Formats: sequence, C-alpha cells, structure tokens
Amino acid sequence: MTRTDPLDVPRPHAQFHFGVFFQGVNHWTIWSAPDSGSQIDPASFRKVAQTAERGLFDAFFLGEGLRLREVDGEIHDLDVAGRPDAITQLAALAAVTRRIGLVSTSNSTFNEPADLARRLSGLDLLSEGRAGWNVVTTDNAWTGANFRRGGYLDHADRYRRAEEFLTVARALWDGWDDKAVADSADAPAWSAPGAVRRVRHQGPQFDLDLAPTLPRSAQGHPVIFQAGDSGEGRDFAARNADVIFSAHGNDFDDALAFAEDIRNRLRAVGRPDDDLRILPGTEIILGATEEEAQEKKRWIRLQQVTPATALGIAGLLWGIDLSDRDADGPLPEEDPVVAENDGSFGARRIADPREVVAEWRAKAQAHRWSLRETVIALGPQRGHVGTPSALADKFAHFVRHGAVDGFNVTPYLIPDGLDDIVDLLVPELQERGVYRTEYTGTTLRDHLGLREPLTHRSAPARAHAS
Amino acid sequence: MPGPALHLAVEIDGDGSHPAAWRRAAHSPGQLLTPRRVARVAAVAENAGFTLITLDDGVLPPGAAPDPVARIGAVERAAFVAASTSTVGIAPVVPVTYAEPFHVSSQLASLDHISGGRAGWLVTEEERPEAARAWGRPPVTGTDARARASRDGVEVARALWDSWEDDAVIRSVATSRYLDRERLHYIDFTGESYAVKGPAIVPRPPQGQLVVLGEPDRVPAAQLDVALVAGRDLAAVAWAAAAAGTPRVFAEVEVALDTPDATAAERVADLERHAPWTDRGRLRHIGSGDRLVALLGELSRHVDGVRLHPLVLDEDLPVLSRLVLPALSERRHLARPLPGTSLRSTLGLERPANRFAAAAVQEEAR
Ligand SMILES: Cc1cc2nc3c(=O)[nH]c(=O)nc-3n(C[C@H](O)[C@H](O)[C@H](O)COP(=O)(O)O)c2cc1C
Repeated sequence: MTRTDPLDVPRPHAQFHFGVFFQGVNHWTIWSAPDSGSQIDPASFRKVAQTAERGLFDAFFLGEGLRLREVDGEIHDLDVAGRPDAITQLAALAAVTRRIGLVSTSNSTFNEPADLARRLSGLDLLSEGRAGWNVVTTDNAWTGANFRRGGYLDHADRYRRAEEFLTVARALWDGWDDKAVADSADAPAWSAPGAVRRVRHQGPQFDLDLAPTLPRSAQGHPVIFQAGDSGEGRDFAARNADVIFSAHGNDFDDALAFAEDIRNRLRAVGRPDDDLRILPGTEIILGATEEEAQEKKRWIRLQQVTPATALGIAGLLWGIDLSDRDADGPLPEEDPVVAENDGSFGARRIADPREVVAEWRAKAQAHRWSLRETVIALGPQRGHVGTPSALADKFAHFVRHGAVDGFNVTPYLIPDGLDDIVDLLVPELQERGVYRTEYTGTTLRDHLGLREPLTHRSAPARAHAS
Repeated sequence: MPGPALHLAVEIDGDGSHPAAWRRAAHSPGQLLTPRRVARVAAVAENAGFTLITLDDGVLPPGAAPDPVARIGAVERAAFVAASTSTVGIAPVVPVTYAEPFHVSSQLASLDHISGGRAGWLVTEEERPEAARAWGRPPVTGTDARARASRDGVEVARALWDSWEDDAVIRSVATSRYLDRERLHYIDFTGESYAVKGPAIVPRPPQGQLVVLGEPDRVPAAQLDVALVAGRDLAAVAWAAAAAGTPRVFAEVEVALDTPDATAAERVADLERHAPWTDRGRLRHIGSGDRLVALLGELSRHVDGVRLHPLVLDEDLPVLSRLVLPALSERRHLARPLPGTSLRSTLGLERPANRFAAAAVQEEAR
C-alpha cells in the first residue's frame, strides 16, 4: 500500500473509528489456546472494554443470538457458545468504564417496544449517554420457538416490524420534554404537569398506549446501529440508522462499493450522505514484520479451523454430513448436493455449490492442499494482516477514500486479543492524523461525530443539512 | 428472648417507600437517575451489612399521572450495582405477567454471572389493565390468571437455568468440542398461552438457581426460596410466616425512624401533607431506632429475615446504618454476608442439583 498525499483524497480529514465486537458464537474466537479466557466471566468483559477504552475506541459491542445454533437438529458443539444478555452485561460495564460507548444487539422481532425501549433508556442513563442499539431482525424462524409469538415473520415483515418498533421506541424516548423533571424538592410536582406525553400507537404490528418512564439522556437517545445486508436492510439503515455494522471491510473495492450504495440510499431519503458511519466487522492480525504477521495468521487459522470445523464448513458447502471424514486427507469425491438449509446455522446461501467445489478441487490439486488447508485458504475469509505501520497506511487510505469510517474489531482471543491493536496500531494511526488522541466528548454520539437524533431535527433543517 | 440472627434486606427503589419521599431527599429530583446516585445508595446498604437489596419495578411509571416519577429498569440498575459492589445480594423485581420468560431468565442468569452469585429475583405481578395496554398484549385479568402467568414464568426461568449442566463447557481440544451437547437440554415447556423450547443462551448461573423471592399466595411455595410475608401486627406476620411453607421467610416492615433533625412522626406528618403513605397491609414502625431493634428481635423468633422499606432513603438509611444494624450486630442478631459468598449460601440454602443431570443419573441407575 503506497502512502497517499492526504490532500489529494476525497476525505483528507476523515477520522477513523474503532469498535470492539466481543463475539458470542462462531469459530473465529479461539477457545483452545492456553491464553483463551472465559467467555462468560465478567472479568473478560471488563478487560476487553477497559482495553478498548484505553485505546480510545468509540464502542464496545455485543451481539445477540436467542437460540443456540444447531446443525441437522443437533446443538452445534464446536464453537464458543453461551453468553450473557447484552443489555444486562452492558449495564454492568457502565459501572466500570467512563467514556466508551456500549452497544447492544437486540432483536426487534422477539422483543416488545415498551420493554426494550425502556431497557435501552436505562442503559443510556446509567452510562450518561453512551448507549447504542444494533437493531437486528433475526435471519431465521426457529428462534421463535423460545418466544410467545413463535417464528412467523417473513423477511419483509421483519423489517416492517423493525421500522414500526423504532417509531414507537423513538416516541417513548422523546416522550419527556427536556427540563420535565423538577429541579428542587419544593417544586409543585416531580415532573412538570403535561411534560410527559403518553404514546398511543395503533399500527399493523403494535397497538399500545403507555406513559414513557424515562427522560432523555445526555445524547438524546441511544445511537441506532443496523446490521443486515439485504436491500431491505440497507434501506432500513438509510431511513433510520446512525451506524451500519457491515460485513464489507476486507477488500477496498468491495467496501467502497458498499459505502457508495449506502450514500446513494441516504440521498434518496433526503439525508446528508455523511449522516451514517460505516463500521464493518473485521479481524486484525499484527506482526513485527510481514513474515511474522503471516506466520501468526497461519497459527490463528489452524486454531480457528480445527479438523472438525473444517469438516463442518465443507459439509455446508457439499450439503453432506462429512463429520466422519479425514480433514487432513483429500477433498470428498462426491458431488455437492444442492439442499435447502433452514438457516439454523446461519449458513450463507451458496449460489451454485458445484461451481465452488470445482474451483476448490482445482486449487487443492494445484497446491496439494488437504481438505482442511483448502477450507482455510478458500473458505470464509476475513481480516487484515500486516505490520502496524502497513495496516495504519492501509486503514488511512480506506477512511480517506470513504470506503469505511472505521472497523468493529473482532478479537480472535478473549480477553487479551485487543492489546496489541491498542498498543501498536492505534499510535500508528494517531501519527497519521486519522485517529483521536483523546476523547473530545462524553457520549457515543459525540465520539461518532453524529448530528442530533433524526427525530430531533426539524423537517426543513433536515432537508437543508445536505 | 429473640431468635437466631436475622438477615436484613432493604428496598432501595426511588427515594423511599412514601410516594412523596423525593421531597425530603438530599438531592434534586433529576439526580435520582444518575449512576452516581444508584451506586451510592447500594454502597451505603452494602457497608451497613445488609444481606440483600431489592429494586422495585414495573412497566408503568411509579408515580401516578399527572406527575409521573421516572425509574430505570430494575435489572439494569441491579447489573450496574452488581459491578460496583462485592458482597451484598441484589434482587430486582421482575414481573412475568406480560414479559417473555426466555428474556427474563437470560437477564437474571446474566445478573448472577455478573455479581458472582449474589443475585435474587423478586417475582411480582403487573395488576393494572394499563400494564397490558403498555405491553400491547391482551390483559391477564383475575388473581388466578395472573398467578398462572407467574407460575409459568418462574417454571420456565428455573428450567432454563438448569438447561446447561454445570460442566457443559468442556473445551476438549482432543475432540475439537467446546460443548458437550449431552449436557445441554431442551426444556420443551408448554403452558396455556406459550411454549418455550430452550436451551438457555446463558450458561448455568453460578448459584445454579437464583434465589427466588415472592409472595406465597402469588407464586406456589414450591417455586420460592424466600416468602415475603406481610401483616399489620406481629401476630399476623407470625401466622403468615408459619403458613408460608418455603425454605426461608422474610417479613415486610415499613420504617420511619427518628433522625437528629426530626422525629419519625414529624417526618411522616410532613410527607402526609402531600400524599398518603400507601397502605399495603405491612407492619409499620414509626419511631426510634432502638425500638426498631427491639421489634426486629421479636420478629427473629418467627422469620429468617426482614425486608425494610424506609420512608425516605436519604434519612432512614443513615440511621439504619449507624444505629440499628450496629446494635443488632453487637447483640449477635445480625447475619452479615461474607465477601466471596453467594446469596444462597449466605441464606443457608443449598446449591440445587441440576434437574437434568439428576434425571440422567436416575436413568443410568435404572
Ligand atoms: C456484520 C453483521 C453482524 C450481525 N450480527 C448479528 C447478531 O449479533 N445477532 C443477530 O441476530 N443478527 C445479526 N446479524 C444479522 C442481521 O441483523 C439481520 O437480521 C440478517 O442479516 C437478516 O437481514 P438481511 O437479510 O437484511 O441481511 C448481523 C449481520 C451482519 C451483517
């Protein structure tokens, strides 16, 4: 990566933002190494959050999954699993951190607005304006088996519900006038009469009537994140979100195309095209030299893609149970079966497995790779590998050219996997002028450099802002 | 002659148990919702030697219209407090009349992990029809229907807490297995209005099962660890305690104490100018700290603990902490929790065996 002239780029003064994604489930979190810590011990969460805060990160981020993953009707037993309820865990972290944002992934399909909006408000107040909500809708129906409503919503209806959910949540968050709470014990009432507005909502998804229980926080209300990749998901983000947690952060061209797509969608709904921050999830592997970084990557991939995991990933591609095969042997001789997956494993739909398998065969033969080596080389890819200096150049290029606003880092080790990023990469980014040297605000909205919440902008100002 | 040492719990929601308590609070109303305030009250209670703090809650604002009082959700406050204390037990109030039991179970299990095994759950009901309107659910009306909702909710939560056996995480490098799926269990609960599949997404809580507290006529005794019993006089409390049928019994006592600045009676009268102190049929002590010590001594012959509801936290908590708890302690009537001890073991309750593990053992024995 060549260093670019900072003035000859579209966004010469763009700032890079970091979040940390403390992962709940999937094979990218190494659990077998001696320094792999507990996924549930509160000390793990505290360590990661405090390290991120030391590194001046914008946010600490928790995912959500409301049912344990299954493969062929059996609980998937290879990956880290079992995690705390996100908002509950984040409320605890509010007590042991001071500046970092606390973002909860919470489902709009299997929650109710009065309850979730209130829980998020509480987190926002306990953290004095540091809460975020990553609105997800669930990409499967089987999660519904744990809830009253069951799994009935199809894809489009899930986003319709999400949007109506957000409308109700925002009405609740905005239900208290500023200065509604009395400033002295001698006031006529605890809250000024009429300063709290009931929310009466009757729509296709919700029919409710209630008095909001909490005033606004220091940042107005929680920052809205979105993490879905379909057209509906992106439109939902363009209409509603402050931040997108995308999966387009490994390759510059792919990231830029995604960002351009989002900017177009923002303009189409009348929002300024810099109104949304794009923070793809990614993994960062650092080494003192390029060779060392590549060596470390090899070690990490072998820890992540165990023989059983390799057989599992290949099994999804082939559509066949391969768990009794030899991962260190050659690729299966069978042709892949094109089967419908119920999504319980969160599998990506593969357009034509036969084509992919043919490519895998050719490359495996050419390189004399085993099945496991093939999965590592050609299976799901992610992340950035290199020296702190090379990656700082690369990330400065990404952000100055508008491909991303930063990354949501997923450490491969808990709880120490963030240390070298904070100690080695952050100073390099600071040297290049793309990363803050101190927190300049106190709220998550401040950190992200966001405008005031969408609903707080008057209609003309909103149009005018672009 | 008093009975064995007492466990003391204190309810710390809002500014106190009187609806106008905020008028005598030592802070401005808006400060009620700051993290500093939430942490401070809990710290005072912990240092005083309370076994347990409880945090009231519900979907409706605590104060009635036209001037609602604000309240942060009890589970969120409890988690925040858990991270800033080390010894005291913490029990949020969570009604399951309309809530999703799966979420409730996860939240509470998480609280137990966060607090290192100091969590309890105070089960209550959403009784008012407005609560149904707030949730957007059909109203659950009538005592029986609400009791059924509570019973089902507790049953689901308890089953989910057992749905991971204690050693379900095996991290077996040799076999590449993180989990032993034989030690994870579907709960397959089917009630009258919903079904829950399981297993939980949170590993089994450190206490195995959280300490569940509730009123015995609302939740079946078999589902409770601690019954909270009310009664306007000692005889009524003693009778209710004897009838509870739960492993532990706590009496509900409302207190207004003499302070250096005003007598208890004066303080109550001052607040009664604004609103009546809601009558919940509980024993009420209005008077000196010394007389409260004597009353608690009496109560210790009938109950294992007492939950105190101070008139005004900022005024009564200091008297409890400087006078009442030290006096009990001196007479060896106060059971103080020890650092590093779970709420369960503080209360002398056993860590329950896992129902599914127990079933597996029985299966083998047959
Ligand atoms: C980077 C990324 C992270 C996600 N994390 C979660 C998560 O933690 N929990 C969850 O339920 N869904 C998660 N999702 C799923 C989406 O929120 C969404 O529900 C799903 O992708 C279906 O929407 P779509 O069809 O628009 O992609 C994530 C998606 C992306 C792209």
